[in-house]
Amino acid sequence: MTGDSPATAIVAEELRRTFGDVVAVDNISLAVPRGTVLGLLGVNGAGKTTMVRMLATVLKPDSGRAMVHGFDVIKQPQDVRRSIGLAGQNAAVDENLTGRENLELVGRLSHLGKSKSRERATALLDQFGLVDAGNRTVRTYSGGMRRRLDLGAALVAQPPVLFLDEPTSGLDPASRLDLWGVIESLVSDGTTVLLTTQYLEEADRLADNIVVIDKGLIAAEGTAKQLKGQIGDTVIEFEFANPSVAASAATTLGSTVAAGTVVRLVMSNGPATLRDAMNQLAAADIAPSHVALREPTLDDVFLTLTGSGATK
Amino acid sequence: MWNDRSFRANLGWTLRDTLAMVWRNLTVIRRVPQLLVFSFIQPLIFVLMFRYVFGGAIKVPGTRYVDYLMPGVFVQTVSFGALNTAIGLAEDKNRGLLERLQSLPMSRAAVLGGRVLADTTRNVFIVLLMLAVGFAVGFRAHTSPLEVAAGVGLMVLFGLALCWIFAIIGLFVPNGEAAQAAAFPLLAPLVFASSAFVDPRSMPGVLRWWAERQPVSVTAKGVRALTIGGPEYPTSYVWASIAWSLAIIAVMAPIAIRKYRRR
Ligand SMILES: Nc1ncnc2c1ncn2[C@@H]1O[C@H](COP(=O)(O)OP(=O)(O)O)[C@@H](O)[C@H]1O
Ligand SMILES: [Mg+2]
Repeated sequence: MTGDSPATAIVAEELRRTFGDVVAVDNISLAVPRGTVLGLLGVNGAGKTTMVRMLATVLKPDSGRAMVHGFDVIKQPQDVRRSIGLAGQNAAVDENLTGRENLELVGRLSHLGKSKSRERATALLDQFGLVDAGNRTVRTYSGGMRRRLDLGAALVAQPPVLFLDEPTSGLDPASRLDLWGVIESLVSDGTTVLLTTQYLEEADRLADNIVVIDKGLIAAEGTAKQLKGQIGDTVIEFEFANPSVAASAATTLGSTVAAGTVVRLVMSNGPATLRDAMNQLAAADIAPSHVALREPTLDDVFLTLTGSGATK
Repeated sequence: MWNDRSFRANLGWTLRDTLAMVWRNLTVIRRVPQLLVFSFIQPLIFVLMFRYVFGGAIKVPGTRYVDYLMPGVFVQTVSFGALNTAIGLAEDKNRGLLERLQSLPMSRAAVLGGRVLADTTRNVFIVLLMLAVGFAVGFRAHTSPLEVAAGVGLMVLFGLALCWIFAIIGLFVPNGEAAQAAAFPLLAPLVFASSAFVDPRSMPGVLRWWAERQPVSVTAKGVRALTIGGPEYPTSYVWASIAWSLAIIAVMAPIAIRKYRRR
């Protein structure tokens, strides 16, 4: 039924999908080698979910081609479906079924058979720390528990390729860390993962390769290290007494005023960047009222790579 | 391409997937009994109101009013039962459940088939309850038990046909509330501008024309033919109701399934 595992688990070539006048995905190509994690990074509305839905055969591309686990998403959708697990943006579990019933239902609908479905449900409840909650209806679950169950549902058929759409959005920091651990252990077992996220930190932690998308197009791609190298490790934020001082400081530093009285500078040259900047400001007789160092954020990626600010 | 074996295998999986979805939907119905109770209370209020409040003033041809009323209430009950199809599907979509199901290698007809069959099972259950209510308020069949059973079958078949219409609505709207808002205006003129509660001959021109012909009325008359009989309620209405139901299913089921499969 499933072919040999191809070396490239996911290939997308010039995928495009529109909804009426809205171009959700304009033209995106990507390739995910087997056993690796690709992070699809972008702000709200960038086209991440549409991309995942096309690859998971939920949506049909308007044009372009895609192969998942060696099967064509347009011509062989049922074969693709036998090879993937999808955990969508909101936990797609049935509130009125128990955790176990949810998993067993997915097993039956994945044609695993009754006893195998039961066996998988037991194993997954155990793996996701839901053994005690397994016979309660999902209605009584916390947000983190629902997410874990949803991820479990995507894993029932032990698919070689996994799509996770913003797996940790809306979770508190502890549950997020928890889920990161779960995803890491899956990957170490050889699963290929495409995950979407709005957080650079998350892509950094989980992904081997990152594709930054903006307005349905690829804005940048590379490893987390390469991307961070492009934007510098850290951003320096100078704050000034008033906007006119900020404006002249920006001219002095060869930057622009980011917001109000704030001027940002990418720390491209390590700590020397800060020393040089302070020297330049001193020479121009300008003193910042406040200086802060900030780890780069998705905003910085967009600022540096696309020249447009991320809209939250 | 479709040699016999793969066709049979596909049919087998379609049936199994549909049964799995029926099980899931019935489990949900069982777990949220408030919804079932609500579906039962509405027709109950109609029975009490029309039987005891208005009933004395309403004249119907050829029978006692309570015997005329109950078949109308049964058809009302199965019609409103179809609302559940629209709401259930729209909520599954809203919660992201349909997306998960669409990513599974399951039959492409099972989600809708499972929904409609579960709601039909639910309809059978409520109709049997209403039948008991009817007997409690003095409803009596003038025909054989077999004909009464056929009457139940007739209205349940009609309910199933309506479920397919409401499945389409459920797939088009974003959530359960919208489904309810979209479905009610379609349902109300069908159920209330009908012969379900009063004889249409008392209605003015256009309304009467509509109320005598539309499928809810035809089905109510078909059920009366099977529970009252006589020259006022000929069996031709039974066949007309079956024809309506089959025609609705033949047109609406493929539209709904195509809408579901469309990616
Ligand atoms: N089913 C849909 N109908 C209409 N517009 C849609 C639909 N899905 C997505 N869009 C639009 O496409 C764009 C990309 O959306 P999406 O893929 O959900 O982005 P992301 O997941 O990155 O937030 C947005 O402008 C969104 O409003
Ligand atoms: Mg999204």
